[in-house]
Amino acid sequence: MELENTSVLITGASRGLGAALARELGKQGARLVLVGRDRNALDEVVREVRKAGGEANGIVEDVGDKDAIHRIAGEAAALVGPVDVLIHNASTLGKTPLPLLLDTECEDLQRVLEVNLVGPFRLTKALAGSMALRGRGLLVNLSSDAAIGAYPRWGAYSASKAALDHMGRIWAAELAGTGVRVLNVDPGEMDTKMHADAMPDADRSTLAKPDVVAARIGSMIRNDQRWESGARLEASRWEVSP
Amino acid sequence: MKAATWMSDDPLNERLLHIDPRASRFDDRRVRELPELLHDGDLLVVNDAATLPASLGGKREDGSPMELRLVEAPVAGEARAVLFGAGDWHARTEDRPAPARAHAGERFQFGHGLEAVVLDVDPKHDRLLRVKLLPNGDALWAALYAAGAPVQYSHLVKPLQLWAPQTVYAARPWAVEMPSAGRPLRWELLLELRRRGVRWARLTHAAGLSSTGDDALDAALPLRERYEIPDETVSELESAKSRGARVIAVGTTVVRALEGCAIERGRVLPGAGETGLRIGPGFVPQIVHGLFTGMHDPTASHFALLHAFAPGALLRDAHAHADRAGYLGHEFGDSALILPSRESI
Repeated sequence: MELENTSVLITGASRGLGAALARELGKQGARLVLVGRDRNALDEVVREVRKAGGEANGIVEDVGDKDAIHRIAGEAAALVGPVDVLIHNASTLGKTPLPLLLDTECEDLQRVLEVNLVGPFRLTKALAGSMALRGRGLLVNLSSDAAIGAYPRWGAYSASKAALDHMGRIWAAELAGTGVRVLNVDPGEMDTKMHADAMPDADRSTLAKPDVVAARIGSMIRNDQRWESGARLEASRWEVSP
Repeated sequence: MKAATWMSDDPLNERLLHIDPRASRFDDRRVRELPELLHDGDLLVVNDAATLPASLGGKREDGSPMELRLVEAPVAGEARAVLFGAGDWHARTEDRPAPARAHAGERFQFGHGLEAVVLDVDPKHDRLLRVKLLPNGDALWAALYAAGAPVQYSHLVKPLQLWAPQTVYAARPWAVEMPSAGRPLRWELLLELRRRGVRWARLTHAAGLSSTGDDALDAALPLRERYEIPDETVSELESAKSRGARVIAVGTTVVRALEGCAIERGRVLPGAGETGLRIGPGFVPQIVHGLFTGMHDPTASHFALLHAFAPGALLRDAHAHADRAGYLGHEFGDSALILPSRESI
């Protein structure tokens, strides 16, 4: 998907990979709508993108809040026109330090599913119909190796990401032939606040920088036709190409 | 006709009255049977406007309660709007007390930082205002979505959530009431139509208010409304014409945009426009052959538009039949398809 003048919505854009994706796609001429809960952090990302000559608009909402979904969809289309690329980047680990499943409160699991799975489902439902009608759209789910590996203590997050991946494959199957495509992208381990929350003792020097990963994902979006819709990709295996 | 007081949970099972103006016949169907009534090659044109939360409850400068209903989505912060006095959708619009006359420069406060400043009062209709909405710039949308609620009328039993008045393909929020003809369409149905060779196209039309409770103003509705027709839709219309295929409008807003453009600009051209076209008996459509639409009462301006597609006597018979058969009216009600057989075009 060509990014110049394309409307792109990124959730969880106030920090980490979401902010890095905003800077990267902003540089490439995308018309950005950035969704996040932290107004100050989001405003800062919007300022950075604009300062670099890009177009960005912030919407302060929580993707895990059902009532927020059509506000986000409506405001986004009012600000930048119908959304062409939807990047589900927002996610929560749930309680940290990560508990064993036997110690996980049901409410904490529910909150993780609301943000990581149900929110993306709702937002896709609100936006992908217009994409299908227009015959053009790309959905990007930010996944994790925890969607595949069964690591102790990652239960809630893992289950939500596995389900997000699988739902991505079903979106791809149901939208086949409409011009709306889906990519599940595992960004790999990154030096972000989320990683530090999950694994405070990790050696940060071994972790990828979000800006480097964002450049790879930007390149994957530009080259999305190389893969079948619904494919699961690892950002670390992709070299940036024009 | 009885009004539907809420949405059904199975729109495809809602009733569909198929009126064939050529055969002077109507028959009872379900929305899910639409694919049987359309043919390979037919072109279905929808209005993809999303519905704004255009009802703004607030206070006037003297602290008295008021409601402003936007007539259109703001452009550069400006919009036309209709002023209501105290109360909300629970009361019939015609029963609500008339508001004190507004004056240029008056400010209304709606909470969430949203304000409106009256720019002018329409010389003919003193409840019709042009307002500047604040805050300026991009922050307006967040304030509008935080403070506003969907416009609704007293026949509904509950407040509408923002998701309720949206079609399954809604994009830009240009409409202040749902382009409701498309409401029962589901992707299952749209994809089935396409598998059978029916083509889709879209336009965006800023559907306005259907009622204000002010007789003189209601008689002037619909006001001029803006629309935008994409290049691909113009190509689809040309291609349909060249192969002799039928063009079916989903909703009267699509008829107004296409026929308005054809009349006012000579033919259907891509791009943005505005139309004040009023369609009624005697109007001969140049572009649209059939109409998929909601059920409405014979008094409404909507019913007048139907006369462009079928003779009045047939429409009255069909309406009386629908009434007896328990069809429901209004935005969450049943549907009608007015479409001649393919042989007649």
